[in-house]
Amino acid sequence: MNLSIQPELAGEAASFREFDVEKIRTDFPVLHRKVNGSPLVYLDNGASSQKPRQVIERMAKYYENEHANIHRGVHHLSQQATDAYEGVREATGRYLNASSSREILFTRGTTESINLVACSWGRHFLKEGDEVIISTMEHHSNIVPWQMACAERGASLKIIPISKSGELDMKSFRNLLNARTRLVSVVHVSNALGTINPVKEIIDLAHQRDIPVLLDGAQAVPHMKVDVRALDVDFYAFSAHKMLGPTGLGILYGKESLLDSMPPYQGGGEMIERVTFEKTTYNELPYKFEAGTPNIADTIAFGAALEYYNEFAPNELIAHEQDLLTHAAERLSRIDGVEFVGTARNKAGIVSFNLKGVHPFDVGTILDQMGIAVRTGHHCTQPLMDFYGITGTVRASFALYNNQADVEALAAGVEKAAAILL
Amino acid sequence: MTAAINEIQDQIIEEFQLFDQWMEKYEYIIELGKNLPELDEQYMRDENLVPGCQSRVWLHAELKDGKTVYAADSDAIITKGIIALLIRVLSDQPPERVHEADLYFIDRIGLKDHLSSTRSNGLVSMIGKMRKVARGLAETV
Repeated sequence: MNLSIQPELAGEAASFREFDVEKIRTDFPVLHRKVNGSPLVYLDNGASSQKPRQVIERMAKYYENEHANIHRGVHHLSQQATDAYEGVREATGRYLNASSSREILFTRGTTESINLVACSWGRHFLKEGDEVIISTMEHHSNIVPWQMACAERGASLKIIPISKSGELDMKSFRNLLNARTRLVSVVHVSNALGTINPVKEIIDLAHQRDIPVLLDGAQAVPHMKVDVRALDVDFYAFSAHKMLGPTGLGILYGKESLLDSMPPYQGGGEMIERVTFEKTTYNELPYKFEAGTPNIADTIAFGAALEYYNEFAPNELIAHEQDLLTHAAERLSRIDGVEFVGTARNKAGIVSFNLKGVHPFDVGTILDQMGIAVRTGHHCTQPLMDFYGITGTVRASFALYNNQADVEALAAGVEKAAAILL
Repeated sequence: MTAAINEIQDQIIEEFQLFDQWMEKYEYIIELGKNLPELDEQYMRDENLVPGCQSRVWLHAELKDGKTVYAADSDAIITKGIIALLIRVLSDQPPERVHEADLYFIDRIGLKDHLSSTRSNGLVSMIGKMRKVARGLAETV
């Protein structure tokens, strides 16, 4: 017996499910349907991932057996639903390695998570002349809320430039940080390019000046395990539906001290402690930020999505998607006319490209005829598209259930599109 | 004298019946797109842009001898091919006919997907704008 191995660690390692993509695919009912007469090749995971039956069944089980409003009933169902709902908050906290489940707020999605910070923190802490730093590669939902908050408070937005390959210009970032900088809000993984940004370095640089950092993690959490304490990030926003969970649920992680210092975002039930017509006192964290009946069913089903991720060793998941990415880049680069958009050294499972001189919509239409689902357009990153001087791209984005056959189908589809369109 | 709108629609449906493969159909649409005369640059103005998310569509219309004459363009070739079909059906017709027309050919040739709002390619708004312009022109007659 080797005493140097901690029993709990050894037990954990042994309990991981084998990463067998073909077995994983059997958990996703939709992957077995046909589209336009061909087997579905689903490569639009960046927009939304598909759901394993574990998530679908959890939601059905909740509605069939467990539904009641939470946090207020003395009856059995209400207490059971409250336990299940709050259990997912705890599971989410553990998944992110948060210090406490009070740091986990449920919202409608990444967009609302960022808006919550922009409205609550922004209105409270931004002053005239302050600066908020974002980057060229932000999604509109990490641009517009800050434009609105800055306009209201007389603050201004500063933009980190990027290189042609799609990497942040870190030298410029250092120069942008100054005494007026109040917040840095950047994307962890670019939805349009796939670039994994050096977020630890960004956070460390900002923290040297006591500037908090918000990360838009919508495209990061589906591809990698994120540890908010290791990153020391102040706010982390993401959506359940891009990581095997239901639509209509977002998560905002926020450091407890920061969330405590912020005023409520919306008023209503659940978020109060005591209401009189003269004065209302607010509930404690996290309820202060969750006015009204929350999204109970989706939250409980999201717990099943987290359990699903937890079945696999995180490094195996990353390695699988990196294999797909490498294979896709290699196969597509052999097709005449393919021009990649975003060639950063450090990328998650997203490939963006165009066929030379062809509108991405046309490529997407041809691929759709072959049952291949990709995203085309500006990906809600118009300033980024302006930087590249293009109207949009074709984007294939991977999830853990994609296999090399999907990559081959994509390459064959793009070859056919090139033959028709070029 | 141009054929009536429904006669042209029926001709198009007949033409498309020749194709058994989706690829042939799209190759034909792309060819139509390539053959559609480019819109005169003076009409490629922002006010002629049809609102739509992905591909841009410009539409110009004028009244000639009591008939609506359309010219249009797009930066996506498949969209342009479908525009060519719409122009073939609706251009050179009395404006009130355009306004009332039931465009059943789109569904019958298997392009109904292109009219769903999720496509966001501006075709729905394109047809809407064609009708609206026709109505405006009809009032001036």
